[in-house]
Amino acid sequence: MRRPPFTDRTVSMAHGGGGRAMRDFVADVFVSAFDNPLLAVLEDQARLDPGGLVAPGARLAFTTDGFVVRPLIFPGGDIGKLAVCGTVNDLAVGGAIPLALSCAVVIEEGFDIVLLRRIVASMREAAAEACVNIVTGDTKVVEHGAADGLFITTAGVGVIPYGRALAATQVRSGDVVLVNGPLGDHGAAVMAARGDLALETTLQSDCRPLHSLMTALLDAAPGTRCARDATRGGVASVLNEIAVSAGLGVRLEETRIPVRPEVMGLCEILGLDPLYLANEGTAVAIVPPEQAEAALAAWGGHPYGVQACAIGAITNEPRGRVTMRTGFGGERLVDLLAGDQLPRIC
Amino acid sequence: MNLIDDFRDPARAHALFARIARLTADIGATAQAPVTIMEICGGHTHAIFRHGLNRLMPEGIEFAHGPGCPVCVLPMPRVDECIEIAEHPGVVLATFGDAMRVPGTRGSLLQAKTSGADVRIVYSPLDALALARKLPDREVVFFALGFETTMPATALSVLQADRDGTGNFSLFCNHITVPPPLRAILEDPAMRIDGFVGPGHVSMVIGTDPYRFVAEEFHRPIAVAGFEPLDLLHAVAMVLAQISEGRAVVENQYARVVRPAGNPRAIAAIDAVFEPRESFEWRGLGEIDRSGMRVRERFAAFDAERKFGIGYGSTRARSPVEIEGCRCGDVVKGALKPPACPLFGTVCTPQTPIGALMVSSEGACAAYHQYAGLHMAAD
Repeated sequence: MRRPPFTDRTVSMAHGGGGRAMRDFVADVFVSAFDNPLLAVLEDQARLDPGGLVAPGARLAFTTDGFVVRPLIFPGGDIGKLAVCGTVNDLAVGGAIPLALSCAVVIEEGFDIVLLRRIVASMREAAAEACVNIVTGDTKVVEHGAADGLFITTAGVGVIPYGRALAATQVRSGDVVLVNGPLGDHGAAVMAARGDLALETTLQSDCRPLHSLMTALLDAAPGTRCARDATRGGVASVLNEIAVSAGLGVRLEETRIPVRPEVMGLCEILGLDPLYLANEGTAVAIVPPEQAEAALAAWGGHPYGVQACAIGAITNEPRGRVTMRTGFGGERLVDLLAGDQLPRIC
Repeated sequence: MNLIDDFRDPARAHALFARIARLTADIGATAQAPVTIMEICGGHTHAIFRHGLNRLMPEGIEFAHGPGCPVCVLPMPRVDECIEIAEHPGVVLATFGDAMRVPGTRGSLLQAKTSGADVRIVYSPLDALALARKLPDREVVFFALGFETTMPATALSVLQADRDGTGNFSLFCNHITVPPPLRAILEDPAMRIDGFVGPGHVSMVIGTDPYRFVAEEFHRPIAVAGFEPLDLLHAVAMVLAQISEGRAVVENQYARVVRPAGNPRAIAAIDAVFEPRESFEWRGLGEIDRSGMRVRERFAAFDAERKFGIGYGSTRARSPVEIEGCRCGDVVKGALKPPACPLFGTVCTPQTPIGALMVSSEGACAAYHQYAGLHMAAD
């Protein structure tokens, strides 16, 4: 049976009501965009081929993340791209090859359907880049004022091949700390895009899937100890977590930390530290010293790792702490923050 | 010229460190008998720790961290009053971000926001004024904080609101000025400061002349400085040179920005809108004469104290509510290092600040905790 074309302009409560309006809305906006046979059958669950899981010693990786961002569209991405990349990256930095994603959305009544289609389209594009399908989903509509436009939750499963066991507890003194590119692009771009700074910038979020970057790393440096996706709290927070888990110190070299001049400028104006700014396509990897060169070469040859560099090393002391040698040869602690970074007065 | 990298050039810093070491030796300062230099401004405190400058100074130099963090010195009852205003129906409380976490006696603005008050972060009082125009049915109150640095912009927002007839905009004024606490510190018998690094942004507004009493009455050298590491090192060298030569004058290291008479238009805007209160309370320092500002009668319509019936002075109890054992007062006078306070790092941390100086990232205790925790014992 042919359905009449879907022409609604804004999301209404009926689109989450379970009836015909919802069926047409979901089919037109989500199912046709995500376009894959596992989703298209519209069962209550997606039925996955176990793929590489049947190999002996392989393990299933499973992760989930909720996405809220203002503005929903920012230079370099939008909430849809973010929702796919975030979950793909959480799988990838554990050494998992992404297998499938889910997508649950909470939409505020009155949301513009053209905007929603644009966001769904960027989810599809990001998923295609990450070679993964969105195979199951859920749609809820809430009354005006009960949500800030659109919230997206994605979950993902992936396969960790036999022999990969990335973990912070594997880290050893003397290991090298790598990042795949400049820090803080996402946090700075989103802050500037909110518009209340009245700053014109050319900043772009680094939002991007890291699955192939991680594959390149693990092929070139199979001894890689661990990797983390340096999202909220930035590289500083991730390194603090690693230092505590490993019971070792991390020593950074300020002069080696890559930060774009635009990001540095924004940080100077607002009194922020790029080490704590969010990233959405920046991984921290800890590799044994003898494989550091190969790891850097592998990242440097990947489009998302052109500016990869070694920013520090693992030390015995001080245990559980991150320190930094400043440009002058001074030394300071890089502690966890109490909460968000707040712009200062003057 | 690259204003960031050039002022952080390690080679130039090296030359300045050598000069500082030479001057320290000339003076004969040692770890046992150090020269103590107070940086007045919280921005300087932050820069010293962020770049690890304290660790690179010769043994004979000690930094004392002054009262120049406006968020830190805000007395707790004023935060309570601000929350009281924010909780009024119809009020939008607009504030600088770093005031969000300052604790009053019954929580912070961040907590008030969580409980339903409409508290919004702005980057300028003019943003708050724009918000008032956008929300004509609400009263937008700007939490006016800071030294002479932020005062001109606040004054301009009032002047503009007055011109445009924006009736739903007001200030909760907590502006304070730098010279009075400086005098209070110099008059304190416990004071043991040999020289000062003067604030850069404040001096951009008021100039260097208002510090002449430091040199003329108290015979202490002072060098106004910028905020980059080389600025600070240069200013320290200038202060040490004065000490070694037995001089005490006001010098200006930040001449690329600061003029002796300041910025006359900014000063005129401040004078038009604000007048000094007889006295204002500073957390950790107590009441200081003519150190706080209030909105002049002429602009009463934009004064939240008058609009909401909140007075300062005779109408309210002002006994400072401080926690027993807190030594912030001694720290801002340069008489004590943060780690020597019994509360430091135990009950008083950046997550749970008790003393004023742990509150903002520019407070001396927060800077110690954030950047120097690993060397606390050594410092």
